[in-house]
Amino acid sequence: MRCQSACAVLGFLNFTQGGLRSLLFYKMLEVLKRPVVVTTNINLNIVALTGVGLLSRLWHLSYPRAVVFDEVYYGQYISFYMNRVFFLDDSGPPFGHMLLALGGYLGGFDGNFLWNRIGAEYTSNVPVWALRLLPALAGALSVPMAYQIVVELRFSHCTAMGAALLLLIENALVTQSRLMLLESPLIFFNLLAVLSYLKFFNCQKHRPFSLPWWFWLMLTGVACACAVGIKYMGIFTYLLVLGVAAVHAWHLIGDQTLSNVLVLYHLLARAVALLVTPVTLYLLFFYIHLTLLCRSGPHDQIMSSAFQASLEGGLARITQGQPLEVAFGSQVTLRNIFGKPLPCWLHSHQNTYPIIYENGRGSSHQQQVTCYPFKDVNNWWVVKDPGRHQLVVSNPPRPVRHGDVVQLVHGMTTRFLNTHDVAAPLSSHAQEVSCYVDYNISVPAQNLWRLDIVNRQSDRDTWKTILSAVRFVHLNTSAVLKLSGAHLPDWGFRQLEVVGEKLSRGHHESMAWNVEEHRYGTSQEQRDRELELHAPTQVDVSRNLSFMARFSELQWRMLTLRGEDAEHKYSSTPLEWVTLDTSIAYWLHPRTSAQIHLVGNIVIWASASLATATYVLLFLWYLLRRRRDVHDLPEDVWLHWVLAGTLCTGGWALNYLPFFLMEKTLFLYHYLPALAFQLLLLPLVLQHVYDHLCRSRVQRHLFSTLVVAWYSVACHVSNKLRPLTYGDSSLTPGELLALRWRDSWDILIRKS
Amino acid sequence: MLCASGRLLAARTATSLPAPPRGRGPALRCPRRELHFPGNPDPPSWDCLAGRLTRASASPHRRVILRRGRMPPAVGRGLAGSELRLRRSRCGPRAAGRDVAIQAAARSPKRPAPGSWRFEVAGRRAMLALVTLLSFATRFHRLDQPRHICWDETHFGKMGSYYINRTFFFDVHPPLGKMLIGLAGYLSGYDGTFLFQKPGDKYEHHSYMGMRGFCAFLGSWLVPFAFLIVLDLSNSLPAALLTAALLTFDTGCLTLSQYILLDPILMFFIMAAMLSMVKYRSCANRPFSAPWWSWLSLTGISLACALGVKFVGLFIILQVGLNTIADLWHLFGDLSLSLVTVGKHLMARVLCLIILPLVLYMAIFAVHIMVLNKSGPGDGFFSSAFQARLSGNNLHNASIPEHLAYGSVITVKNLRMAIGYLHSHRHLYPEGIGARQQQVTTYLHKDYNNLWIIKKHNTNSADPLDPSFPVEFVRHGDIIRLEHKETSRNLHSHYHEAPLTRKHYQVTGYGTNGTGDSNDFWRIEVVNRKFGNRIKVLRSRIRLIHLVTGCVLGSSGKVLPKWGWEQLEVTCTPYLKQTLNSIWNVEDHINPKLPNISLDVLQPSFPEILLESHMVMIRGNNGLKPKDNDFTSKPWHWPINYQGLRFSGANDTDFRVYLLGNPVVWWLNLVSIALYLLLGSIIVVAMQRGAQLPTKVEGLTRVLLQGGGQVLLGWMLHYFPFFLMGRILYFHHYFPAMLFSSMLTGILWDTLLRLCAWGPASSSLARAVHAVGILSLLLGAAYSFYLFHPLAYGMVGPLAQDPRSPMAGLRWLESWEF
Repeated sequence: MRCQSACAVLGFLNFTQGGLRSLLFYKMLEVLKRPVVVTTNINLNIVALTGVGLLSRLWHLSYPRAVVFDEVYYGQYISFYMNRVFFLDDSGPPFGHMLLALGGYLGGFDGNFLWNRIGAEYTSNVPVWALRLLPALAGALSVPMAYQIVVELRFSHCTAMGAALLLLIENALVTQSRLMLLESPLIFFNLLAVLSYLKFFNCQKHRPFSLPWWFWLMLTGVACACAVGIKYMGIFTYLLVLGVAAVHAWHLIGDQTLSNVLVLYHLLARAVALLVTPVTLYLLFFYIHLTLLCRSGPHDQIMSSAFQASLEGGLARITQGQPLEVAFGSQVTLRNIFGKPLPCWLHSHQNTYPIIYENGRGSSHQQQVTCYPFKDVNNWWVVKDPGRHQLVVSNPPRPVRHGDVVQLVHGMTTRFLNTHDVAAPLSSHAQEVSCYVDYNISVPAQNLWRLDIVNRQSDRDTWKTILSAVRFVHLNTSAVLKLSGAHLPDWGFRQLEVVGEKLSRGHHESMAWNVEEHRYGTSQEQRDRELELHAPTQVDVSRNLSFMARFSELQWRMLTLRGEDAEHKYSSTPLEWVTLDTSIAYWLHPRTSAQIHLVGNIVIWASASLATATYVLLFLWYLLRRRRDVHDLPEDVWLHWVLAGTLCTGGWALNYLPFFLMEKTLFLYHYLPALAFQLLLLPLVLQHVYDHLCRSRVQRHLFSTLVVAWYSVACHVSNKLRPLTYGDSSLTPGELLALRWRDSWDILIRKS
Repeated sequence: MLCASGRLLAARTATSLPAPPRGRGPALRCPRRELHFPGNPDPPSWDCLAGRLTRASASPHRRVILRRGRMPPAVGRGLAGSELRLRRSRCGPRAAGRDVAIQAAARSPKRPAPGSWRFEVAGRRAMLALVTLLSFATRFHRLDQPRHICWDETHFGKMGSYYINRTFFFDVHPPLGKMLIGLAGYLSGYDGTFLFQKPGDKYEHHSYMGMRGFCAFLGSWLVPFAFLIVLDLSNSLPAALLTAALLTFDTGCLTLSQYILLDPILMFFIMAAMLSMVKYRSCANRPFSAPWWSWLSLTGISLACALGVKFVGLFIILQVGLNTIADLWHLFGDLSLSLVTVGKHLMARVLCLIILPLVLYMAIFAVHIMVLNKSGPGDGFFSSAFQARLSGNNLHNASIPEHLAYGSVITVKNLRMAIGYLHSHRHLYPEGIGARQQQVTTYLHKDYNNLWIIKKHNTNSADPLDPSFPVEFVRHGDIIRLEHKETSRNLHSHYHEAPLTRKHYQVTGYGTNGTGDSNDFWRIEVVNRKFGNRIKVLRSRIRLIHLVTGCVLGSSGKVLPKWGWEQLEVTCTPYLKQTLNSIWNVEDHINPKLPNISLDVLQPSFPEILLESHMVMIRGNNGLKPKDNDFTSKPWHWPINYQGLRFSGANDTDFRVYLLGNPVVWWLNLVSIALYLLLGSIIVVAMQRGAQLPTKVEGLTRVLLQGGGQVLLGWMLHYFPFFLMGRILYFHHYFPAMLFSSMLTGILWDTLLRLCAWGPASSSLARAVHAVGILSLLLGAAYSFYLFHPLAYGMVGPLAQDPRSPMAGLRWLESWEF
């Protein structure tokens, strides 16, 4: 909302020295003689646009009172926030989820709803209106913002209205912003970033370092951070803004009317606003996220032991009060740090390797050692000093240090962890790891392991529970205990294979292990020890991980987490988006055929693509002609034309083309941010054609008429598709069939 | 009906894991899938020691270069933009004119007086000869050692043999490199009988020196090429000498050039393309002259050859392309040239840099396909129609009925590579996995269990092969039933989840003697055809749609566990998107009532063969994914020389060759890149601020920005795209980039020393500083080569930890394995 208010401010004067008093009094009188005046400029266009924007997005917002499409996911996360339970979502940083959760918080949502299927009716405790409010507001405010962007690009108000109205009636944008989804906030912040950069850029000429200059500059950085914080996709718009800012800064460097110091100030201000601020804000989002989510939840397993221990409940409950330093005689469970394909613990059991594998190779027939993804009593190992016989911790405990040689004794079977020069069952290039069974044949026991603490501070570091990442280096063969990632066949109960890998292959996280559960063993007898192993570990004291450590771990897991490649009925390829060859059924009324369907206004999509092509062709044409010294456009028109094109076409291309390189499952709604930029471009191209390509009056009139006719058609189409957008009226199968303009649209028709 | 997009599934998997039985894992299914290459040695067996050693050097996967759809991002014109372009007034150093020397002297301050240009040209020639000689000497020294297969010689030597024996094979790289190896072997008297089974096998009496010598010959040219490129870009002999020394004395380049590998061939063509491009650009003042044309067409030829060896050649094509665009843009802006002249320039480039390479590239494939006309280990990777042209293949010269009719006995092959034939056998799905009905899988080998009979969905009564009934053809859109010939069960699907892909439906064999239920009905459709058309053998791409559930028959490509005999899973997918997994073709076809036609009619045309080979290569490349838990070489390891590759041997008794860059050279290169970026940005910012540089310095900065920018662009184009590749990578992928980085080092240090020397007033002192600097760098490189040469020429005796080892004290990084 552009609302310039110029206030005639009352002067405040302090009563100071007596000599000045009469003068001041006189001045005060003068001030009082004038009336207090507040003048404001209100652009009614903007007010009107905001009004209709709100109307289109908020109308019947809480309908349907049922879970629509991806609300099933986001709703789940909202519930997690409400219950403050930790979760991990690899689809994007947490700011977007937190925005949605804010709606829930304001609406007083208690988080008690089972988000299990699309179409489920909301119970009365779910504040649907409040939950959907923020995305809807973001969608509504995008409309006046489009207007302002076009105005700031120095195009006419009429063109600006055109852009805003296109955004207003575009069905896909309306659908997407009326639900608990993240695209509309993303588009909002994308546009906000572009708008504030333009405002800043326009301030630059007249009033650098003024208050508005700073305000718009900082807002650019903030909006970029928010866009990136909602979805990683936001990074494309961030790059666009950064790129444009870099080019402008480069011109600034070349401006020799400015002094060197001033140029430096300019560059520093930009660096602070566009680089430092977004990074800080991004960290802040995670900080809030991690502060809010302090309880253990369903995704704990993916995180490291240390991270889990920092959450309330879950592992923290088990590991609290454990002794910190592992000593000779300690009973431990060892978790693999890499944890792929599954988080698991070093495990052994009575069963032995088969004498002959399926492919005819032989094994040592000793006891199996595996990695097992569930907590189990067979995951317990005792750390033994090779020099002594006892399996209990002496008093005082003798801590194990980096470089010490240890034996690992399997708690339940009292056999020693062993490896030897026999090929492992599946990874035949590596050594088999077993628990040694003495068959009295010529295979000697080789059960000495050197402890190698990977993240040690000094070479005499002690081995710490949870915190230390350790490797076990086999003394005889210098093989390292490693999780190979392969699943054993049935004879190994489909547990994961553990092998001894040659150290020389370089370090890999799958070779590192950490102690998760730990206690000082006290039972010398095997029978007592078995009882002890079955007993739960003791309690108390929490371990805190620094924010940066938690942040980097969480961020890394989010980026590297790979879900199974999800096939989806409504997934599509980027090529199908431009031509609108695809649609997504969002929701179907349980009884009638009223339904919500994500489908775009086909007239607008087609003309937007056409406009983009026209822009590119015209741009190339002008560029080539300028190179031959033919200037079709005046210099300032050309500059505006280039800037507008860079932002709009560039925004479209950056938000669209990278999808061709992505291998994840893609949906139509991924195109919406790119579409928003395209809609900004469309009226600009129309105005350009009107101003510069229509030569005669008649042509201009004709062109205006065509544009009006085209817009009416767009409105008509929009209205036709309205039942699918709002899902508020039930159509007959015939009407639905009539709406199926493309064979590939999956409009749902009830068989009655 | 409605489903949400599957974003993170961890929520569900985490909560829905079943309570595990104690001490026993849940039914974790993680189907692994390896691409099996023909002729690869079997994994080592119980004798694990020997097996492990060899596996360490010969990776089980073939090496790869490019992945689909990931092209290096278009880079701008680079630092060597057209504005900075220096209009050269001569054509190569050898064709120097008097004015050249004057201009050169004006540009580089410490240059002999103008009169001595003739002397200088002679000096340059002498240096070139010396450099070439040294390069050949180092590359051919001890070329015959070791007398056994090293590393990937096992692949490329074998493929050379295939050419000599004319048997068809499949490889992920285009054929030129292997063809040349085969040719070299053929000419040098190798008869193609050596098996090249695994690294370490002795060559015995087989003649292998021809092939190694050929690779070393091409590899030796890299040094003189780099010398000439730098000489042309910087116009400075010391810079060129420095570059040549760095490359000559680099143990990595040396090692890589000495064996039967594609890399020396690839690098030869990359450098040849770069050299000819630089040369034709320096002829820019004499466009359309004979040297200009010849360099331009040589560029095109080298590009085609580079791409013909490995897809890495795309990067040099990109570089030449960017340069050409910058060039044309510059010419287009030159208002003294008419549009017709500009058009001529454009056409010349289109002709020499697009059409000529394209024709050549296709010619390479034409030769490849003509030479390999016998059936061999690569057949299975290609479509049925392709196989028909290989003699010895069962489809060759076969004749079968063309149109499918009811009662025909057929085999059905999945269109996706390496999935195989629709298959069933007398085994049931085990308890708990869908319905306990007969398994249906896909199987790669030819077998009686792949045979199916097409029947009408509703009649079973009359034997369709009875001659008294008329032939009825199967048409697009018909409802059919597929009966398994051996077990007489029908292909069947139902609403049970498939064994591995949970979202799909299970496919089974059902019914007895051909009588089942309505779940056995399938609609047969031809992709992109109209209703009512007949269905052709081999050529029709068909889909089978299950009538009751509406799903499509496909194979997920996942390997079934042992109960399924490790064959591949067949499912019925409810997602109707067309993917190759759900498209099939009919391969064998037996119907005595129909006339046979010769398959030669179906032979694919050359463009089809070309397209198919590329699809298969790209797919093969994409199939080479590293496993999560394996240690793999990462692109950031490479410039810091983090870890090498074992070419031969591992133990102290073996003859060991270890591919590792000379650390002194590599780390100097690394420092140089950083220094270049720093210096370059300072200069560029200073120029943008309008700083007035003295003319001498300006000449130097121009060389730095323009020549250095050119090679920096080359380095970036040959290095950064690897970060985007999701496939398995190896250390030697960095070597093309390393060549460019060494050239940058040469240019940078020469310019830097000249800039430093420009400070002191006296010119003799300046010359001394420059000379001492260059000399110490040259000597440093030579001395480090003396230290590290056993890596390349081979070493025996104890490992580096032992003080008696030749490499004692030289294991500067823990990660080096010698």
